Amino acid sequence: MNSQARIPAVEIDDDFRSRAHKALGDPQLRSNFRSAMDSLMTKRAVAFADPDEREQLRALGNAVRARALSKLPDLLETLERNLTRNGVKVHWAETVEQANGIVQSIIDAHGAKQVIKGKSMVSEEMEMNHALEARGIECLESDMGEYIVQLDHEKPSHIIMPAIHKNAGQVASLFHDKLGVEYTKDVDQLIQIGRRVLRQKFLEADIGVSGVNFAVAETGTLLLVENEGNGRMSTTVPPVHIAVTGIEKVVENLRDVVPLLSLLTRSALGIPITTYVNMISGPRQPDERDGPQEVHLVLLDNGRSQAFADGELRQTLNCIRCGACMNHCPVYTRVGGHTYGEVYPGPIGKIITPHMVGLAKVPDHPSASSLCGACGEVCPVKIPIPALLRRLREENVKAPDSPHPVMRGQGSKYSRKERLIWNAWATLNRHPVLYKAFSFFATRLRHLAPKHVGPWTQNHSAPKPAARSLHDMAREHLAQQGGRP
Amino acid sequence: MSELFYNAVPNATRVAPPIPQPRQYPASKPARVYLFGTCVVDLFYPEAGMDAIRLLEREGIRVDFPQGQSCCGQPAYTSGYTDQARTVARAQLALLAGDQPVVVPSGSCAGMLRQHYADLFKDEPETLEQVQALAERTFELAEFLLHVCKVQLKDNGQPVKVALHTSCSARREMNTHLHGRALLAQLTNVERVEHSHESECCGFGGTFSVRMPDISGAMVADKTHNLKASGAHQVLSADCGCLMNINGALEKQRETLRGQHLATFLWQRSGGGR
Repeated sequence: MNSQARIPAVEIDDDFRSRAHKALGDPQLRSNFRSAMDSLMTKRAVAFADPDEREQLRALGNAVRARALSKLPDLLETLERNLTRNGVKVHWAETVEQANGIVQSIIDAHGAKQVIKGKSMVSEEMEMNHALEARGIECLESDMGEYIVQLDHEKPSHIIMPAIHKNAGQVASLFHDKLGVEYTKDVDQLIQIGRRVLRQKFLEADIGVSGVNFAVAETGTLLLVENEGNGRMSTTVPPVHIAVTGIEKVVENLRDVVPLLSLLTRSALGIPITTYVNMISGPRQPDERDGPQEVHLVLLDNGRSQAFADGELRQTLNCIRCGACMNHCPVYTRVGGHTYGEVYPGPIGKIITPHMVGLAKVPDHPSASSLCGACGEVCPVKIPIPALLRRLREENVKAPDSPHPVMRGQGSKYSRKERLIWNAWATLNRHPVLYKAFSFFATRLRHLAPKHVGPWTQNHSAPKPAARSLHDMAREHLAQQGGRP
Repeated sequence: MSELFYNAVPNATRVAPPIPQPRQYPASKPARVYLFGTCVVDLFYPEAGMDAIRLLEREGIRVDFPQGQSCCGQPAYTSGYTDQARTVARAQLALLAGDQPVVVPSGSCAGMLRQHYADLFKDEPETLEQVQALAERTFELAEFLLHVCKVQLKDNGQPVKVALHTSCSARREMNTHLHGRALLAQLTNVERVEHSHESECCGFGGTFSVRMPDISGAMVADKTHNLKASGAHQVLSADCGCLMNINGALEKQRETLRGQHLATFLWQRSGGGR
């Protein structure tokens, strides 16, 4: 396969809004997402048939995550100690550059040329494939969805189903073009084609890379769930395994994993458990016949400690990466994952990306929501996503030089003009005399209401105030009824 | 590693609030209530506000409409202008003093009073107490008619098919969809039809509709499509923000279908007429 050049996932349009505009005009993309998200919503609803059980479990999941975060620094140290005892080498990276440097040095130490990778969103954060390719090392995705997007030089459009934006026909054409195989839309055959390519690569690879779903501090265990077996192959066949994960993925003990795992698989795919649950607790022991000779864990910060520092924003780190928020999001469903332009799309992407890349790089992220609340309602660990979006809007309109900034890129949407408009709005609504005068003129001069009201009339007829306000009508009516006007 | 956390607030971890219990309603009807009309009803759907007053009066309740009221503050709050929202909220708070229930003919504004004022005043302990008391006596209109007035509606109208759209915040913060359904079920000649993706947002979202008009437009296009496909003769909603969005889009599309406020529909069907 041709994977030398780095071609951007989406054309570099100016901003979120222009990418959204383009996506909304793509009927194939719209129908791929709508049908996929509808099916995922149904599956989740079936998997949580008992609402009481679901709510109890979500409360437990939230409590488990909150407990882990409340002692995050301690748990990370315990994790490091126990992993080290198990023979796993632990590395710390504050930035993605540092993380890539660590991976590179491990690769260099082994003179490795080929890397095979299981699905990992943190490796996407690091843009590991490109970092390695730049140094002449092949890094092949082994998750079928990731393999498809890599083959097409794209980025994942969903955190669980990276190629969800493509239908079977599009994958068929891609395989036909890139792999030279006969065109087939049969999904089983397509999977077999991918599998044949990957099987060979598993055997050849010098290094296997994976993500981590839960890093268990008490036992020094890395838990990894997957459905295709590629995770197990990537972490056991090559002689060296490098796991990469975010610092928030730590949980206290194995008992904590039980509710989180149940929430994860049911929220993500509506399944009671994944086909594979890998529990990795160290390299091959002298009396063992298989498994990697070396296991490394890279723990990445990349802005997470910024979210951690604020009590409200810290809840962002509850996330267990199930993707239910995007499956249920009316915005994501319509614009697809690539519109967000960053690694994590959808509601969780909107609240976590600003910590990773700074608000200034994603200024529209907090506004791209009607705050309908669907995401918060389904979040298995009860992240109040709408409240956090609102909070980010507040940070986004602060003066950029406001004291005590809580995040990078604060005030990226600051506008003196808009602030003055809201000040005027507040004055109008605080002083009954002004409000009355306003509503008097708005109702009496209703025929002068403009026919075009900015972006509103793009989708709607122009609004026309009523002939009389409720204030007027109620005063008159209640005077007759004896209510206090 | 520990230097990563040097600026973290100690013990800042938040746990989700407990699973909400079903709301307890007063055993008897109050003698008087406040009507908080909301700004959109005031200027665009005043008849809905009047019909709310009439429905309440028919239940033997005296309605007070403080003339100083304006907006609950939600537009500024959801836009991130928290100080401005607080200023406006404080003015409403002063007008709604005492222990009289506050009835709101709009689910999202009721939700603002009930759920979000506490966030606005979290740093003012004395105001917070007032706000918490206000939350306890704030009701969305349909909820109040159903659970406090225990209204029994008699249907005087011809057979009709209606679709009910509930605003997202009303649904998630106030259970307004359930209250609306229960009230409509009392009307014997009214058939409520489901529409596809009924629980999905209509795309209004306050300032979202003008900040992201393309996405908002795609959402309201789908919503109006589904409403038309439902076979309903009429769309009902207890939230005027959604109504403005849905009706504005239907009018632009030159469709004849329209949305009406639930209060107006209930009043007209049950003998109010006009």
